[in-house]
Amino acid sequence: MIQNVSAAWFVVTRLARDRSALIGLVLIALLVLAAVLAPVLATHPDDVFELHPSERLKEPSGAHWLGTDRMGADVYSRLLFGARITILIGVIAVGASLALGVPIGLVAGYHHGWASDLLMRVSDIFLAVPQVVLAIAIAQTLGPSLPNVILALSVTYWPWFARVVYAETRALQKEVFVESTTALGASPWRLTVLHVLPNIASPIIVRASIGMGFTILTAAALGFLGLGPPPPTPEWGRTIAEAREFLPDAWPPPTPEWGRTIAESREFLPDAWWYAAAPGVAIFLTVMGFNLLGDGLRDVLDPRLRRSAARDG
Amino acid sequence: MRLLALALHRLLWFVPTLLGLLVVTFVISRVIPADPVALVAGETATPAQVEALRHQLGYDRPLPVQFVDYVARLARGDMGVSLFTRRPIVDDLAHRLPATIELTVVAMLVSVLVGIPLGVVSALWRNSLLDHALRVLTVSGLAIAGFWLGIMLQLLFSMRLGWTPLNGRLPGYPPRDLTGFYLIDAALTWDWGTFGAALQHLALPAATLAFPALATLVRFTRAGVLDVMESNFALYERAMGLPRPLIVWKYVLRSALTSTVTQIGLLFGILLAGAVVTEAVFDWPGIGTYAVNSILRSDYNAVMGFTVWAGAIFIVVNLLVDVAHTLVDPRERAS
Repeated sequence: MIQNVSAAWFVVTRLARDRSALIGLVLIALLVLAAVLAPVLATHPDDVFELHPSERLKEPSGAHWLGTDRMGADVYSRLLFGARITILIGVIAVGASLALGVPIGLVAGYHHGWASDLLMRVSDIFLAVPQVVLAIAIAQTLGPSLPNVILALSVTYWPWFARVVYAETRALQKEVFVESTTALGASPWRLTVLHVLPNIASPIIVRASIGMGFTILTAAALGFLGLGPPPPTPEWGRTIAEAREFLPDAWPPPTPEWGRTIAESREFLPDAWWYAAAPGVAIFLTVMGFNLLGDGLRDVLDPRLRRSAARDG
Repeated sequence: MRLLALALHRLLWFVPTLLGLLVVTFVISRVIPADPVALVAGETATPAQVEALRHQLGYDRPLPVQFVDYVARLARGDMGVSLFTRRPIVDDLAHRLPATIELTVVAMLVSVLVGIPLGVVSALWRNSLLDHALRVLTVSGLAIAGFWLGIMLQLLFSMRLGWTPLNGRLPGYPPRDLTGFYLIDAALTWDWGTFGAALQHLALPAATLAFPALATLVRFTRAGVLDVMESNFALYERAMGLPRPLIVWKYVLRSALTSTVTQIGLLFGILLAGAVVTEAVFDWPGIGTYAVNSILRSDYNAVMGFTVWAGAIFIVVNLLVDVAHTLVDPRERAS
């Protein structure tokens, strides 16, 4: 336990010294803060559900820091709630990909034979098609919803983990400690879980960080294409009756998913530039945070994979 | 002879990979949905109509039989009929493919012609202000959402400045149809007005599509050049007093670019995935826009057809890159 804590502390202090990794950490911390404290930080927390037709498409001002959207909702407040969806999609999709890809990679890496070859061929097929294409097909088949987006992203991302774990496990089999542990009579289960897995944790963590960025980017594209989470079922009767008069098409209010917000904003360009710009910047900063952290983690955890580009800093 | 054997070996992998792709699309289209026929028939169909359609489509047969039938149909180029246009999906896709290829190739050219020199410059003036600026650019290229970049470019260059057209491929009639690529057709028919207009329409979508690929190329080239610059042969050449530009642009670059060639397959993946959303933003009449419109209309056959095509194109390009790499790199041949 104490060892783990000190190892984690070592990683954090090393990361803090790498300028770009530090920026990545700060960006992710801000994202998590925004998501957790959304109701507190939002200046208009009720705007995720309420309509204010008179406040429609207002420019950024003291009252609305990032302006308002087509339904008079505060763009800044909706962005904060959108961060929750983004984190939810990223964490569950990458978590599920880990849960699927790591065991498959371990098994295929440990055993030699046709079954291992088959497993890796299957993951190669998934890698042979751009992720967004397969994710579109799956999300379209299942219908647009939050769980389906997450499912589509997990099904298309697990092969990355399987491939990394497979390659690392195969490489480790030549190590003396694996050989000696086997000679001591350790079961395959014990060997892979207690001895191999901890030794290949670094590349998995690096891949997970980069995967977060990639998954969030793909999720935003799905949202933009109309395959993201659909509008929630409305139960705010009074507001609907009020709103129908003004905005026949705008009800129910869509989920504040960032990609979807960008798609909605397009018909109000070029006047309402803030409406389209703000969610894009949010996606950009989030993905950049995970990419920078991934690069930094690679340098700290895995000297073999040290990117040449980073030799300077 | 050895080379031919290697190429054949790569080709042999092509068949199972393609079959695997078909298994995946088959599972997505026939096994995952609770009732694929109801999906095809639409929401207004009566149960009797659904049953009739099920029999007509052969979906009442066992799954393995259906799969063999599915592969056999695809081999004959039959992907079914679009539920919206009522035309064969293969025709729809083939008709739109040149637009996508034109956009992708131009984007690829832009990223190679701009990305590789920038990568070299970045490596040569390591840690200079320019190098830092380029690093910010490469980090941004991989973090930016392509569809958002496209919309922002439209906002600035089309809506505000009015320098480029907002969307589409050409305002009026296309040039005489020789190859389907407007730039080539216009050049062949000596129609430079159309050529210029086509180029103007291409500018924003190609820039949008090229950006992430360009960022990747700058990064790889920089790393490759830095590695080679420290190799023994570069050191030797420097010791022999060869002029620096000669070392860099002739010997180092050639060696560094061998690994970059391998990345072109990867770049193509980035471009193809990006083409779907980029085309949707710019209303570019390629297969990406077709896929997105099919999604919006729940034209389920067409989405599956697009997936098979996109996957197959991607697998073929990777195969070609593999073979090309074997030809270019003597070390590959030896092993």
